[in-house]
Amino acid sequence: MVSQKKFCGAILVYNGDGAALVEIKPILRMAGVSKRYGGVRALEKADLEVRPGRIHAILGENGAGKSTLIKIMAGVVAPDHGKMLLDDTEVSFSSPAAANKAGIVCIFQELSLIPDLSVADNIVISDPPTRLGLIDRKQQRKIAEQALARAGAEDIHPLSLVKDLPLSRRQMVEIAKALARKPRILILDEATSALTVADVTKIFGVLKRLRNEGLALLYISHRMHEIAELADECTVFRNGHKVETYKAGNKTDTQVVELMIGREYKNVFPPKAERKTLENAPVLQTKGLTWTDRLKDISLTARAGEIVGLGGLDGQGQRELLLALFGVLRRCSGDILINGKKVIINSPVAAKADRIGMALVPEDRKTEGLMLPMTVRDNLSFAALRRITNSGIVNRAKEQKLIDEMIALLAIKTASADIPVGSLSGGNQQKVVIAKWLMNQPRIILLNDPTRGIDVGTKQELYVLLRKLAYDGAAILFYSTDYDELIGCCDRVLVLYDGKIHRELKGAEITEHTLIASALNVETDRVSHP
Amino acid sequence: MNAITARLSSFRRHLDPAVITAFACILLLLFLGSLYSRNFLSPEYLLQQLKVASFLGIIATGMMLVILLGQIDLSLPWVVTVGAMMSSAAAGFGHTGAMLAIPFGIFCGVLIGLVNGFGVAYLRIPSMIITLATNAVAQGLMVVYTGGFSPQDSASPTMRYLATGFIIPSIPNSVLCWIIVGAAAVFLMNRTGFGRSIYGIGNRERAAYLSGINTRRIVLTVFGISGGLAAFGGVLLAGYASKAAQSMGDAYLLPAIAAVVLGGTSILGGRGSYLGTVAGVLLITLLQSILSVMQMPEFGRQIIYGLVIIMMLLLYGRESLSR
Amino acid sequence: MKQWRFWFVEHRGTLMALVIFVVMFLIYASNHPAGFGANMVQTASNKGVLLAFVAMAQSLVVITSGIDLSVGMVFTLTNCLASWLVVGSPAQVILGIIAVLAVGAVCGAINGCVVIYGRLQPIVATIATGAIYYGIALALRPFPGGTVNETIADALTGKLFNFIPASLVAMIAIVFVVWVPFSRSVAGRAAYAVGSSETAAYMSGVPIKRAKFFAYTLSGLLAGTGGLFLTFFTYTGEAAYASGNAYTLFSIASVVLGGVSLMGGKGSAIGAIFGALAFRTIGDLLFVFDFDPLWQPLFQGVVLLLAVSLSAFGLLRVRNRLDWFT
Repeated sequence: MVSQKKFCGAILVYNGDGAALVEIKPILRMAGVSKRYGGVRALEKADLEVRPGRIHAILGENGAGKSTLIKIMAGVVAPDHGKMLLDDTEVSFSSPAAANKAGIVCIFQELSLIPDLSVADNIVISDPPTRLGLIDRKQQRKIAEQALARAGAEDIHPLSLVKDLPLSRRQMVEIAKALARKPRILILDEATSALTVADVTKIFGVLKRLRNEGLALLYISHRMHEIAELADECTVFRNGHKVETYKAGNKTDTQVVELMIGREYKNVFPPKAERKTLENAPVLQTKGLTWTDRLKDISLTARAGEIVGLGGLDGQGQRELLLALFGVLRRCSGDILINGKKVIINSPVAAKADRIGMALVPEDRKTEGLMLPMTVRDNLSFAALRRITNSGIVNRAKEQKLIDEMIALLAIKTASADIPVGSLSGGNQQKVVIAKWLMNQPRIILLNDPTRGIDVGTKQELYVLLRKLAYDGAAILFYSTDYDELIGCCDRVLVLYDGKIHRELKGAEITEHTLIASALNVETDRVSHP
Repeated sequence: MNAITARLSSFRRHLDPAVITAFACILLLLFLGSLYSRNFLSPEYLLQQLKVASFLGIIATGMMLVILLGQIDLSLPWVVTVGAMMSSAAAGFGHTGAMLAIPFGIFCGVLIGLVNGFGVAYLRIPSMIITLATNAVAQGLMVVYTGGFSPQDSASPTMRYLATGFIIPSIPNSVLCWIIVGAAAVFLMNRTGFGRSIYGIGNRERAAYLSGINTRRIVLTVFGISGGLAAFGGVLLAGYASKAAQSMGDAYLLPAIAAVVLGGTSILGGRGSYLGTVAGVLLITLLQSILSVMQMPEFGRQIIYGLVIIMMLLLYGRESLSR
Repeated sequence: MKQWRFWFVEHRGTLMALVIFVVMFLIYASNHPAGFGANMVQTASNKGVLLAFVAMAQSLVVITSGIDLSVGMVFTLTNCLASWLVVGSPAQVILGIIAVLAVGAVCGAINGCVVIYGRLQPIVATIATGAIYYGIALALRPFPGGTVNETIADALTGKLFNFIPASLVAMIAIVFVVWVPFSRSVAGRAAYAVGSSETAAYMSGVPIKRAKFFAYTLSGLLAGTGGLFLTFFTYTGEAAYASGNAYTLFSIASVVLGGVSLMGGKGSAIGAIFGALAFRTIGDLLFVFDFDPLWQPLFQGVVLLLAVSLSAFGLLRVRNRLDWFT
C-alpha cells in the first residue's frame, strides 16, 4: 500500500490514499542495523530515517529494540551489522561524545546528570567554555542561563546543586543540557516519565518550537496520548524488528497496540471483586498518618479481598504512603491498625513479621527489589529466609519446593533458578520481585507502580495474578501512574493530592474523567451510581 | 538423577575462573620452586607452609566476610596485636588466667569488631574510616598498656600447643584450627540465612533492607566475627612465637586483603567463594616463602610481591567494561 | 545574598575543617609553654605541612572516588631518593629536585594507569603498587642515611622575614601552582564528575580517563613534594615502613576531617590541608598539656573516633531510612 519513488533527491511517499507528500531528505539513515547481546537478538536489520523539522515517535514494547536502537545512534553501543548514514556519509560513533560532536544528542531514561555539580556545571559538562585553559565561569553561567531559558526552565538557579533539585526539575536541566550542545537530532527516551503535567505541557511547547526551528526529534514514550499530541510520524518496533512507519493520526490506538504486540488487543482486565467482599472487616487501617509535609492526615482502610488503588499525579505522596506503611519513614505520626489492633512498624523487618504480614514491591526493581548479579533462587528466597530456614540453616528441599511453586505460579520465564536474575527480561524480573514476597505469604501487599516499564503481555498476567491474590484473601494497595490500570483493576481508588487523600472513588465512579479531574483537583459532577 | 545434574550445574556455577587461576598459579610456584630445590615438594616443607598459611588463613576469613559485605576492616593489624597481647596478659594471672587466656584474647577482638560494626551499621560511618580510627585506638591502648616496649608476658601453654602442637600426628594444630574455622565459614556462607544475607547486603544493601533483612544486625555481627578471628589469629601467633610483640599485626593487613581479592572475591562485595580465599592465602604464603628461601633481599621481595599481585589481578580481577 | 548561599553550600566541608583547625590551634597556641610566637608557628607549620602535602595528594584521588593506599610509600620513596639527589652545586640541586618530583609524578601516573587501563579497584591496586614503591625505597636506603643540600633545606624550613614560616609559604605556592589550575580546568571538573557519578559522566561525554590520569599523577607529584620536604626537615632519607603507612592512614583521616567525601565528587584539596593541620594539632595537644607522650596514639585515636562519629548526627535528621543507603 505504501510505495516510494526517488524524485530529485527527495523521496516521494504515497500513502494508502494516494496523496503524495514531498518528503524532506533525511539527516540520518539507519540501514539493516543489527545487534546481539550474548545470544539475545536485540535488534535485527532495522531501518530508520530521521528528518529535520519532524518529531518522530518510536513505539514498541519493552525489549522491542527501541533502547538498543537509540543507544546505537547515541554512540553508547556499537552495532554488529548495518550502516548508519549521516548526511549520506557513513558514520560510526565510538562514544556518546563522538555522537554529540556529530550533532546527535540523547536524553536517556536514566538521568545523566552529575549530582554533586551545579546546574551550570552540568549544562556545559561536555564542552565547558575556557579562557587561558581554565574554565570561564562567567561565560559558563551565561550559557547555562540561555539553555535553561530555551528549555523553559528559568526558575532553576544555575548555581544550585543538581542533587538538591527534585526529580522533575532535574529532567528539565537534562533537557537544557541537551539543548546547550546545539543538537541537530535530539533523542528523548522516556523523558517525561518523571514530570508533572504542568512540566509536560511546557516541554511539549518547547519540543514543538524546536521542531519548527528545524531540529529532528526522536521521541520514545509509553504514553500513547503524548505521542498522539506530539508526533508527526511514528515507527513501531517489535522483537527487534521494525514493523511499520506511519504518519501520526493514521491509526487508532487499538491498531497501534496491535502492531506493538502483534496480536489482538482484548479486554485485559479480569473481573472485579464481588460486592460483598467490600464489607469484610478492614485488615489495614490508618488514622491520621502524617509525615513531614509529604503526607497529611491520611486515613484509609483496606479489606481482605480488595484492591485499593492509589491515584493522582505523580509525586503527591503515594510513594511516601507506601514507605510509611512499610516502616521505612521515621517519625510518622498517626496510627496504623492491623485487624483493628494498633501496631508500631518501624522497619521492613517488623512489617513482614507474621503478625503484620506486609509486603512491598518497591519503586525501582533494579536497586530496591533485586540483587541483579545474584541468582533467581537467591533473590526469590531473600524475603522469606525465615520460612525456609530451621534455626538459621537453610532447608534446601523446602526452598526448592517453594521456588518451583513460585516459578510455576507466576510463569517466570527462566532457564533455571540458578542464573543471575539480571539476565531475565524486565517483565520477568518484576515477576521475581512479586514472587519473592509471595513466598512470605503476605496478607497486605503494597505495590509501587509495579507495571512500569514492563511489556503488555506481562502486565496482563500481573492483573490476573493480583485479582487472584485478592480473591485468596490479600488486601492490596496498588499505586499506579497508569490510569487505565486503576480503572481496570481497582475496587476503590484513593486519589492523593498534595499529600492528602483528596477523593475516594468507588466502583463505577472510577473513570478516566473522574480520575484525571480529581488528580488535578478540579471539581466535576459526580457520576451517578448504577 | 535430577539431583545429580543440579549438583553438577551448581558446582560448575561455583567454579570461578579466578579460583582456577589462583590454584594454577600455586602449582606454577611449586613447580618453579622445585626447579630451585627438590625440598619444595617434600611433605615437611609443604606442611610447614600450611602451618604458616593457617595464621593468615584464619585472619583472612574474617576479612573475607567483611569484604563480602562491601566493607573493609583496616583495624586488623592492631586487633591481631590486641588478641596476642591480651591473651598473653591474661595468661600471666595464674591458673584461671591461663585457662581464660584464649577466650579473653578473642573477646577483646570481638569487642573492637563490634565497635567497628556499630559505627558502620548504626552510625553509617564509612568502614574505611571507622576501622582506621579503632585501629588507632587499639594501638593507643596497647602502647599505654605496654609502655611502648615489648610486653614481658608470655603465651600460655595452651596457646603454644594450639599453635605448634600436634593432636593428629604430622598435622599441626594451627592447620586444624584453620580447617575448623574454614569449614564453619563455608557452612555459614552457603547454608545459612545469615550467609545469604551477607551476600545480599554486599550486592545491594538497599534491596536487602527493603526485603526485611535486619541489615544492621548482620553488619554488626560480621564485624564482630572479623574482629574475633583477627584476634584469634593473634592468639595463635603469640603461641607460635611464645609472646606478643608491638605491631606484630602490621604484616597481616595487606596480605589478608590481597589473599581475599586474589581469590576472586570482589572488593565491592557480594561475590566470592571461600575456596578462592584458601587459594589466595596459599598463594601468598608460598610466594613469601619462596622469595625468602631464594634469599631475596627484603626490597626485592616487596617489589616482586607487589608485581605478582598486580599481574594476577590483571589476569582476572578486572572490572567488566560494560556498565 | 543568594549567590553567597550557593558559595557556602559548595564550600561547607572546607569551612568546617577551617573552623576545627582554628579552634584546635587556638587551644594549642594559648597553652603552649613557649607561648604564641614565630618559633612555635614555624615548628607547628613544618610538622603540619608534611601531612598537608600527603593529604592533598590523597584528596585528589578521593575526589575521583578512588583511594590511594600507596601515597605514604611514594612519600617515603621520594624521601629516600631526595637524600641521594638533592646535593651538590645549585644546578645539581635543582636537577635533583626536578628528578625527585618527576619520580613522584611517575609513581602517581603508574597508579593511574593500573586503575584506568588495568581496570583494577584502586584500593587493591595501590596496595600492590605501594609494596613496589616501598621495595624501591628500601633498595635506595637499606639503612637510614644520606644528606641533603642544607642551604635550600634551611631556606625552605626556616622563616621568611623572621616571622612567616617558609614551609607554609611553599605549600601555599604549591596550592596555587597545582591545585587551583587543576580545580578550574576541564580535567579537574571531569574529576569531580567521575567521582560523583561515573555512569553519568560517561553518558555526558566527560573525559574520564584523562581526569583520572591527571588526578593520580598530580597526586603522585604532591606526595613527592611531601617526600622532598621531609628530606629538608630531617636531612636524611629513611625507608621507614611504619612511618609511610602512618602517613597513608593519616592522610585518609585528614581528608575526611577536611570535608572530602570518600564517595567522591565532593570537597577540595584546601579542605584536606585544613584537615591535615587540624589532625596534627590534635595530635600535639597532649604535649602542651604535659601528658606522657605514651598517651599520644590513644588520644589521637579517640579524637579521630569522635570526629568521625560526629557525622552520625546527620543521621538524626534523616527521616526516610532509605537515605541511609545512598
